[in-house]
Amino acid sequence: MSEQNIFLLDGEEIAFAPGQTIMQAAQSAHKYIPHLCWHPEFKPHGSCKLCTVKINGRFGSSCTVEAAAGQNVENRTAELDDKRRTLLQLLFVEGNHFCPSCEKSGDCLLQATAYEMGMMTPHFDHFYPDRPVDASHPDVMLDFNRCILCSLCVQASELADKKNVFVMGGRGMRGRKIILNSESGKLGDTDFSVDDRAASICPVGVILKKRVGFVVPYGERTYDKAPVSAVEAAK
Amino acid sequence: MSKLRVATTSLAGCFGCHMSLLDIDERLLDLLELVEFDRSPITDIKHCGPCDLGIIEGGVCNAENVHVLREFRKNCKILVATGACAVNGGLPAQRNHLELHDILTAVYQTEGGLAHGAQIPNDPELPLPLNQVHPIHEVVKVDYFLPGCPPSGDAIWKFLTDLIAGRTPSLGHGLLHYD
Amino acid sequence: MKTAPSPALNDPGIVPAILARHGHDATRLMQILRETQESLGWLAPETLTAIASGVGWPRAKVEGTAAFYSFFHLRPRGKYCVLWSDNITDRMLGNRELMQALCEKLWLEPGRLSEDGLVSVNTTSCTGMCDQGPAVLVNYRAVTRMDMARVEQMAELIRNQVPLDEWPAEWFQVTDNIRRKDALLDHGLVPGEALAAAMALGPQGLIDEVKAAGLRGRGGAGFSTGMKWALCRDAAGEAHYVVCNADEGEPGTFKDRVLLTSYADLVFEGMTLAGYAIGAKRGLMYLRGEYRYMLDALESVLARRRAERLLGARILDKDFDFDIEIHFGAGAYVCGEESALIESLEGKPGRPRIRPPFPVTHGYLDQPTAVNNVETLAAACLVARHGGTWYAGLGTGKSAGTKLLSVSGDVERPGIYEYPFGVTVAQVLQDAGVTNCIQAVQISGPSGVCIGQDELERRIAFEDLPTAGAFMVFDCTRDMFEVARNFAHFFAHESCGFCTPCRVGTQIVAQLMDKLETNHGSPYDIDEMFKMHRLMQGASHCGLGNSACNPLFDTLNKFRPAYERRLKSLDYEPAFDLDAALSQARQMTGRDDAGAHLDNME
Repeated sequence: MSEQNIFLLDGEEIAFAPGQTIMQAAQSAHKYIPHLCWHPEFKPHGSCKLCTVKINGRFGSSCTVEAAAGQNVENRTAELDDKRRTLLQLLFVEGNHFCPSCEKSGDCLLQATAYEMGMMTPHFDHFYPDRPVDASHPDVMLDFNRCILCSLCVQASELADKKNVFVMGGRGMRGRKIILNSESGKLGDTDFSVDDRAASICPVGVILKKRVGFVVPYGERTYDKAPVSAVEAAK
Repeated sequence: MSKLRVATTSLAGCFGCHMSLLDIDERLLDLLELVEFDRSPITDIKHCGPCDLGIIEGGVCNAENVHVLREFRKNCKILVATGACAVNGGLPAQRNHLELHDILTAVYQTEGGLAHGAQIPNDPELPLPLNQVHPIHEVVKVDYFLPGCPPSGDAIWKFLTDLIAGRTPSLGHGLLHYD
Repeated sequence: MKTAPSPALNDPGIVPAILARHGHDATRLMQILRETQESLGWLAPETLTAIASGVGWPRAKVEGTAAFYSFFHLRPRGKYCVLWSDNITDRMLGNRELMQALCEKLWLEPGRLSEDGLVSVNTTSCTGMCDQGPAVLVNYRAVTRMDMARVEQMAELIRNQVPLDEWPAEWFQVTDNIRRKDALLDHGLVPGEALAAAMALGPQGLIDEVKAAGLRGRGGAGFSTGMKWALCRDAAGEAHYVVCNADEGEPGTFKDRVLLTSYADLVFEGMTLAGYAIGAKRGLMYLRGEYRYMLDALESVLARRRAERLLGARILDKDFDFDIEIHFGAGAYVCGEESALIESLEGKPGRPRIRPPFPVTHGYLDQPTAVNNVETLAAACLVARHGGTWYAGLGTGKSAGTKLLSVSGDVERPGIYEYPFGVTVAQVLQDAGVTNCIQAVQISGPSGVCIGQDELERRIAFEDLPTAGAFMVFDCTRDMFEVARNFAHFFAHESCGFCTPCRVGTQIVAQLMDKLETNHGSPYDIDEMFKMHRLMQGASHCGLGNSACNPLFDTLNKFRPAYERRLKSLDYEPAFDLDAALSQARQMTGRDDAGAHLDNME
């Protein structure tokens, strides 16, 4: 690595390998940039916009912008965290996120990121959409009330499982949704398996394995023990 | 410094948040050094007078909830949405994607086990349900939010002591919870 | 329609024939879906399954594309599908009242299929007929100049199930309304003239002339055309492509409609020039679905050009092969964004790509691709024929050449006006004829700029007011709040839904505008709109989200009283009517006592 391959993240020098995105370089350096749709195993999707940073004074998605020598990247500033809080609020009112009755509570990246940003309220008026629950599969259920459209299940099924069980389709807030690869539109009619990578990729509580709920009680889960910033930085 | 006057109520809630307030245990005695209660299940005062602080548990599911919430808003300088139901509608709001018409019909007329000829109650004493359940900030201006189902006693204590001391309340990791 | 017949099974030969015609090529999915729907009426689940297995894609991917576009129907559509263009100019011409009247005559609600499955009536985004509205699409055929007499007659024709081909022919007439011609519309070139001149220059010589001309993209962004061609030519790839962006979706724009109707030769010749310059063999025209009616005429121009050796193998007997095919969109404004357009050309939902890389290096099928606006390509012919120096002499220093303006709204003579760059807004208004006092002009559509009456001396040019061509005029009787509200709903409808800020933000903004419209608003709501503007402008994935709050921002700054007079109170107000929220319970219990009501204000 050459001496020049360094940029500044909140004033700290971060070394990067050529071709790495700002997010990847930060992750390698154990620095936390908030994110929902980004996952180290998959291509950057760039849709949640939680990883928006300021690069030399201009907004950009750190998961898609390549690191470059001498960049001055602002990350955890009040301005950016304020925007992130608003983005989280938009996601919370868009779906039906009732944490007290969700199996993923405490292990949920959306919830943990909202804690990290100090989100005390969803703020906006709720849309309370009517979204289906699909329990047709013997081993896995889907609760689309909690879907944040991150597309990680789409990528996992396509790239890791070579199956295309999940595809993102439709348009706009009322149309965009996960489409299942069967004429009935039911998970039970696809070739999905509980052993698929896609079965354990969901950052929120949409894709849930049956018969294993609440094995770990609330209060003892991943983000109960440490905030997401610490969990991510330790990776 | 004179004591802050505090009112509390539960709208479409389960009183779990009030139970959690009691969970601050012996710190209740410290709290009573700092505040005095106006309308609250603790005092059994029926109507709210001018207060510094109003604590609302529960969302807005019927006409009476609206009246009570407005009474609080009118009388309280600071209004706090306390608990998941006040903050986002919570469990009761999970009826929101259903038509109220269908819910009332199912519950009072078509579900199994009802007496023959059962009708939807129409006694004027009963408050009418709203078409949807709303978090309280969709009905009145709300100043602060304390999420949790319920927020823990420690979270309530931190939040209230911050407010009483004139600090903008903040809950760190472990106290801020939505579940 | 609970037991809708399975259309694919009615005639099992239709889908295989369409698939065969398109070589079972998944990148042609948009065309396969459109043609299938034109034959079968709608895209039933088993139809999508058949298409998926025919093109070798996962079924969900085919459904994902079909579900993205407004013009594809995944539920039975009805024999007649009437869509009212809902741009603000259509509204100003009374489209809402006419649609309501049509619905009443047909006994149906907007957006609902009639009980007998015969007809549905709804709205659609601007169909590009602002100079001859109110406009509708009937089964995706354009009808102009609707009025009450036509509504009455249309209801009759539908009730009697008269086939569309037997409807009055004049309803389908689209006129050019060219009001002012300049260098482009008075070009005087014969087909092949520009191409012959270009071939004399050679590819590099042509690019040099286009650079010297200072020709800039006419889609609004104004990137140097010569630079784009040079970058594309220099990019390594197995093949290079020319794409003509004819997805003219910006409300209030209709210049491409006119160019493709009466100047198609010039546009195709411009595409051929681009192909010659960058070293492409294939050109793709992406035409908005609203202009489906042009297909036969355009195909016959292409056929004639092939016969004249202006397309095909060894063009003008030189070592240059190039041909053009026409692809249709299906009702998605976002496909006007060049990378979304390319996605659509590849059979996918029109989702803007992450950029960089840009299309000039990684475009159609990941190959170097020059995406140019219709008008840019037409103008390139002038450059090829008359040279860069001549062209650079037209217009202003940084804006060479002329610009077509699509003038609509409160003017006496709506239509197409061509001016050298640098013309003042006031001059355009004078030429178009204004009788009433001018309140505002929306330049370049909802994503552009709204200027007030004290800014009419501003100039149409990249230096001052860059524009894709829309020029919507509002006189002093118009409510600028309603203008902005119309635009807010447009963006909420057209947001692709990919990124959080635009997907949810456009909905929040539309909801806030409706809250004000129903007189439930307060200053808090205006603050919220500014907050959404700040968020969406920086954090959105593409230009749609970044500019979606422009009309709001402009009108809030320049016409704030139009908002303020709608406020219910200076205190916080709920978005919904509390008393109305008890309506279902009142109905169910039969109560109407005082306790069964809520004051909305206390």
